Amino acid sequence: MTASVVFFYAFAALAIVSALGMVLNVRNTVASALSLVVTMVALAGIYVLLEAHIVAVFQIMVYAGAIIVLFLFVVMLLNLRTDDFAPGRQKLVKLAAVVIALVVLAELLRLLTTGLPEAPPLPEGYGGYAQVGVALYTDYVLLVEVSGLLLLAAIVGGLILAKRRIG
Amino acid sequence: MPVEVVIKALFILAVVIGAFAPILTWVERKQSAVMQDRIGANRADVAGIRILGLFHPVADVIKLMTKEDVVPQGANRVMHLMAPLIAAVPAVISYAVIPFGAVYTFGAREISLVVADPDWGLLYIFAIGSIATYGTIMAGWSSNNNWSMLGGLRASAQMISYEVTMGLSVVGVFMVFQTLKLSDMALAQDSTFRLLGFVDVLFGVPLPAWLDWLRLPHWGIFVQPLAFVMFLTAIMAENKRPPFDMPEGESEIVAGYHTEYSGMRFGLFFMSEFIEVIVIAGLVATLFLGGWAIPYLSQETIIGAISPVLGVGFATGACLVLHVLTFFLKVIAMIWLQMALRWSLPRFRYDQVMDLCWKVLLPLSIANVFVTGLVLLTIQGGSA
Repeated sequence: MTASVVFFYAFAALAIVSALGMVLNVRNTVASALSLVVTMVALAGIYVLLEAHIVAVFQIMVYAGAIIVLFLFVVMLLNLRTDDFAPGRQKLVKLAAVVIALVVLAELLRLLTTGLPEAPPLPEGYGGYAQVGVALYTDYVLLVEVSGLLLLAAIVGGLILAKRRIG
Repeated sequence: MPVEVVIKALFILAVVIGAFAPILTWVERKQSAVMQDRIGANRADVAGIRILGLFHPVADVIKLMTKEDVVPQGANRVMHLMAPLIAAVPAVISYAVIPFGAVYTFGAREISLVVADPDWGLLYIFAIGSIATYGTIMAGWSSNNNWSMLGGLRASAQMISYEVTMGLSVVGVFMVFQTLKLSDMALAQDSTFRLLGFVDVLFGVPLPAWLDWLRLPHWGIFVQPLAFVMFLTAIMAENKRPPFDMPEGESEIVAGYHTEYSGMRFGLFFMSEFIEVIVIAGLVATLFLGGWAIPYLSQETIIGAISPVLGVGFATGACLVLHVLTFFLKVIAMIWLQMALRWSLPRFRYDQVMDLCWKVLLPLSIANVFVTGLVLLTIQGGSA
């Protein structure tokens, strides 16, 4: 038990530090994106501690391994050494960020006073690919199909944009 | 338990990084020399003894260690220093889930020859491999050099594309073996199947008994031949060695992402490619060549044959040694194949590499998944 607690605090600290690194490095886009990678990997570590192995693997494969590589690809393609968009950020976005942060903080403080509920025991094979797969293709099949449709729309959109540039 | 894990991890590290990787730098030169009718590296000597030039890896390491470690002006220092580590570490730790032997029972003790054996072993390798991309990208970006930058850009596009294909091309394999656990996959290949069994299952024509002898090992390469070719192509492209060396592209962009690296940091990029060659060999051997399995001689057969003469304990130990040797023999065969391909194929052009991925390998691997599913549905119930 103690080892997993130690690992939890290590990963949690890493996640917080790298998340701060992402926000504070906002003028250095590449450093910011790489901090985000570290956050993703730290979160994956926490998922492993929660027995959600398959989520952890996909967290690394999809978020750390693919999506942020694409971010970096775009940043490097446009050769953004510093964030050229930073000065123009709208006040509304900042306001929304502050409100969301305050809501999350309030919720955390409330939980600190009441304490967390006892977690129910995990079912057999929890977090394995078989269980996740069965759940996805039975209980949540509609959501899977809807997200598939969304991805298809994105592909078609990308194709149209690419064709227009060549034409 | 932890002591056992440490011993296994040290064994793998000693074999892969201590023995295979340094010798591979020599093998690469020697094999290319043989293929091109040259003599190859043979000059390094210790007190006049040359032993085929096997001292060259040692000389290389001394040279790399003593060279100046340059960080170019205007480079991002932290990232520049970190990038080689991020490239090398994933390559090394991938080996944790590749089994180099089966599970052996010595009295009450069970010894399984794999460092870590999670249910999602194959996914672990893909996930770790996707992290290695950052080493290349960071090296390219942080060097403050246009060639490096181009190399990093090419690396990010190429590695993302081939990750997709690499994953999809082995879906057929884990449909056949019904698992993602690499030790179970190797175990499933420690058997044989009837070569003409499909006649029996599909058409209901019982085969004559003598044809029962016509068997093939139940290896991935025999049940999923297309997946073998596609996976090997994709994972070699992922390793970005020639003919897929777009991120380095000596003839176009100097040395690509590691143009600005010198000394041991360059050596780390160099070594991580060789370590990945070994990982690829081990992974392909496990997925497609039966891992530690000896064809036609399953574990029970071997132990059953030896134990009446020399006792069960000795038989199990002998089986263990045989399996480990078989596994590394297969690894060496796959390393040879990769080296032979590297020295016989001309380089691709960048757009050809991307076309191969998205227009050939991707549709083929999706088709492979469909066909495998159909076949599995057809023969369900019957024994193939």
